[in-house]
Amino acid sequence: MSYIAKPSAHHPALPKNALGLTHRDYEGTMSTLCAGCGHDSITAALIEACFEMDLPAHRIAKVSGIGCSSKAPTYFLSRSHGFNSVHGRMPSITTGANLANRDLVYIGVSGDGDTASIGLGQFCHAIRRRVNMTYIVMNNGCYGLTKGQFSATNDKTSPSKKGDANPFEAIDLCQMAIQLGAGFVARSFSGDKAQLIPLLKAAISYWGFAFLDVVSPCVTFNNHPTSTKSYDYVRAHNMAVDQLDFIEEKEEITAHYAEGTSVSVTMHDGSRLVLHKLDQQHDPRDADAAIMAIRSNAAKGRVATGLLYVNETQQDMHDILATDARALNSVPMAELCPGVKALEAINARLR
Amino acid sequence: MSGINDFVVKFATVNGSGSASANGIFAKTLFRMGIPVSPKNIFPSNIQGLPTWYEVRVSEAGYLGRREGIDLMVAMNPQTFKEDLAEVVPGGWLLYDSTLPRVWPREDVTIIGVPIAEMCAAKWQDTRQRQLFKNMVYVGALTALLDMDVEVLKSAVVDQLKGKEKLVAANMEAVALGREYACKNFDCPLPIRVRHADGAKGKILVSGNDAAGLGAIYAGATVCAWYPITPSTSLAEAFERHAKRLRITKEGRRLFGIVQAEDELAAIGVAIGGGWNGARAFTATSGPGISLMSEFLGLAYFAEVPVVLFNIQRGGPSTGMPTRTQQSDIISCAYASHGDTKHVLLFPANPTECFAMGAEAFDLAERLQTPVIVMSDLDIGMNEWVTDPFAWNEAHVHDRGKVLSAEQLEKFKELKGKDWGRYQDVDADAIPYRTLPGTHPTKGAFFTRGTSHDENARYTEDGRAHARVLDRIRRKFDTAQTLVPKPEVAIKDTSGKTGLIYFGATTPAVREALDLLEREGVKVNALRIKAFPFTRDVVAFCAMHERVFVVEQNRDAQMRSLLMTEAEIPGAKLIPALNYDGMPLTAAFVYGAVLQRLQPAKAAAE
Ligand SMILES: Cc1ncc(C[n+]2csc(CCOP(=O)(O)OP(=O)(O)O)c2C)c(N)n1
Ligand code: SF4
Ligand SMILES: [Mg+2]
Repeated sequence: MSYIAKPSAHHPALPKNALGLTHRDYEGTMSTLCAGCGHDSITAALIEACFEMDLPAHRIAKVSGIGCSSKAPTYFLSRSHGFNSVHGRMPSITTGANLANRDLVYIGVSGDGDTASIGLGQFCHAIRRRVNMTYIVMNNGCYGLTKGQFSATNDKTSPSKKGDANPFEAIDLCQMAIQLGAGFVARSFSGDKAQLIPLLKAAISYWGFAFLDVVSPCVTFNNHPTSTKSYDYVRAHNMAVDQLDFIEEKEEITAHYAEGTSVSVTMHDGSRLVLHKLDQQHDPRDADAAIMAIRSNAAKGRVATGLLYVNETQQDMHDILATDARALNSVPMAELCPGVKALEAINARLR
Repeated sequence: MSGINDFVVKFATVNGSGSASANGIFAKTLFRMGIPVSPKNIFPSNIQGLPTWYEVRVSEAGYLGRREGIDLMVAMNPQTFKEDLAEVVPGGWLLYDSTLPRVWPREDVTIIGVPIAEMCAAKWQDTRQRQLFKNMVYVGALTALLDMDVEVLKSAVVDQLKGKEKLVAANMEAVALGREYACKNFDCPLPIRVRHADGAKGKILVSGNDAAGLGAIYAGATVCAWYPITPSTSLAEAFERHAKRLRITKEGRRLFGIVQAEDELAAIGVAIGGGWNGARAFTATSGPGISLMSEFLGLAYFAEVPVVLFNIQRGGPSTGMPTRTQQSDIISCAYASHGDTKHVLLFPANPTECFAMGAEAFDLAERLQTPVIVMSDLDIGMNEWVTDPFAWNEAHVHDRGKVLSAEQLEKFKELKGKDWGRYQDVDADAIPYRTLPGTHPTKGAFFTRGTSHDENARYTEDGRAHARVLDRIRRKFDTAQTLVPKPEVAIKDTSGKTGLIYFGATTPAVREALDLLEREGVKVNALRIKAFPFTRDVVAFCAMHERVFVVEQNRDAQMRSLLMTEAEIPGAKLIPALNYDGMPLTAAFVYGAVLQRLQPAKAAAE
């Protein structure tokens, strides 16, 4: 059976969030991914983030492309509508959905094949349009669903499981996203919940295009010791540029970080991401510095993780297009259809 | 044959020389004199420098298909002098700029030389003006030669130059220049000429793309995504132009979102995303775009997402003839995408129908939860047609289809006797109930997917469930058949053995041909297809006749194939009449095709 519902009986003692919902209310159906797949950890982090943020699940829309990663939205937020579209085209579907209803939270889930190859154009243009969404790439350096071919994010030095060398340079999606104007760009690791959950919360709170590249080992095809997207490799080479806490607007702000080594980044909704900088040089508001941080770490064989770049005042697509403050799908027909009199005037002009 | 209010004028000019607006003013003047006209732009896929033509057929009888045989050629392009001269009928006229006089090697054509460049050089200093006003000088000469109403012409100039009023006087001076020269030097008016008439009274002059864009406005479309391609570009642009007038709130905010996408894949993706989320959303494209959109069309079909697509067909295959017309995407649109897919198609025949069907397409798409493709073409889309004014019924209630509100979700079981499931056929019309994201905190969420799913939208690899869903979607086509516009049937002879099926832009040519045939004693009954799936009337019409001509503008008789496979009409009965040279169809072609089959001897003699 390929569809496995989870039992929905709730234990009365399960902790509840401000909406009175339990963790379970944010889950989806049982995952059909391989045991140990990094994607499942990201799913778990997403569930945690949404639960802790007290998000009404039905006001979230999950959109994905095709791949193991793109299946993941079935495994979280079963109270949300989801759209598993076609390979590489999640960004256009999300753009249209967002145009139709600006009031929902959009979580786009994609893979490195889905985004860095077939969907590269749509990725770029969704950023360019500043679609207000959280765009997550579950990055395993390979095509999981089609059985392990190299993807365009696979490092040149990183061979396949069978030992084949990868002859081409990798595309770095974070660098691209920064250059294209994404307002929030972060990288994390599926095995690092402490870093991933606050980043997810901040990305979801962010107004504008938020991009999150999450290294997510494919246990089946890309978790051998020589792969740079394996658990061992990332654990050994993870170079967090910052350590972070996400503080929601409604929470009391407790200063448990040392002054002078921390930066506080404010999200549109008033919530804040507090960064404890490990690397004194890195200011995430500086795009050039962000690209430098990525490149200099990569040169040393390290993966820079954490909040790489943020623009605190981004305008989203609706701001740019000057659309109405209401969701377009809620505007009554009477306001959209100009009616007979206007048509007569148009006819008169065409005579 | 030609005479008063019945002739064809053709302007041969150079692309980018400013002739388009002068030619437009010429056609508009005749239209405002009440005379039915059908201007056709025959233009190159080029911005500047290549030959371009503008044909205007004038027909008091209201025959507005293209007609071959030019009565008066305005030959302003030396590059094409030779072929332009050849097109003039014996006894016709040719007007040219005689600043550099030349000998025209035809005795049977009257040459009208007007030293246009010389006159402009004497009148204006500025080289740009000299060039631009040349066009108005030949229009001026035509006012005398054809006895056009100069006051009416002035009103057309004023309209054309809205916002540039200062230029009206100079343009009218150019007109006067040409007019005076013609009066002084030629016998004016010519035997072909115009006079005020009634045929175009009450009509409007508009292009199909302008009309379709307006149709989308009236349909309440709010999401438009498109990628530039001739000949569909002007549709999205028209939508935007109308929206900027009609869809701005008091606060200055827009009640529409337009995305000029990065390609057609994204354009249809944005439209599908919008449709999924409860907006009326559309895209417009032409053949190459249809090819790119195919994968997404299959998704919208299988996942049952409403979306409207305007296909302004052009000459294929491949890049083909981007600036010529065809009806050659019928099969590729009817079955766009891999696997078993089938799409609802609408076939407007003129701009009035582009407006009406452009609006109706959204009702159908939402009612049927499927893509609806409006099959216009370059001839309808980009040429201006004299057509009935747009009509709208104030009482029209937009059919938003089966979309459940939060309250309806609560009461679904109570009302329908079973639990809601996204792909359950509750009403036995094969159309399930849809929910939109964000509707209800605990009910109605589901996962939209192009992978196989069961009636409750759950992923499945169970072949029986897959087949059940596919069967229901096919049955939806039966429902579609009862909803789409019915064909237009014209029976000239109830016991007639010969029928003719046509659709779209060939309509004026076919109607004229049917009249010509009737005058020859050949009565042919006709049916104009307005939609696919075919309604029962189409089947009945074919059953009524021994033979049925199918007139279409493609090489492979695509509509005929569709009639054979989908309406199960025997192929032996269906006689193809095919034109695919990219030009708007002529009545002579249809007349010839029918006569050749029915009366070969007579056809050969003619
Ligand atoms: C148009 C198209 N081409 C090819 C495929 C086959 N395909 C399915 S998933 C996939 C690659 C997925 O890789 P990625 O996005 O990295 O996801 P992962 O499985 O690694 O999570 C491919 C090529 C497809 N579904 N559609
Ligand atoms: S193949 Fe790889 S990416 Fe796909 S589910 Fe298995 S571990 Fe995850
Ligand atoms: Mg991958």
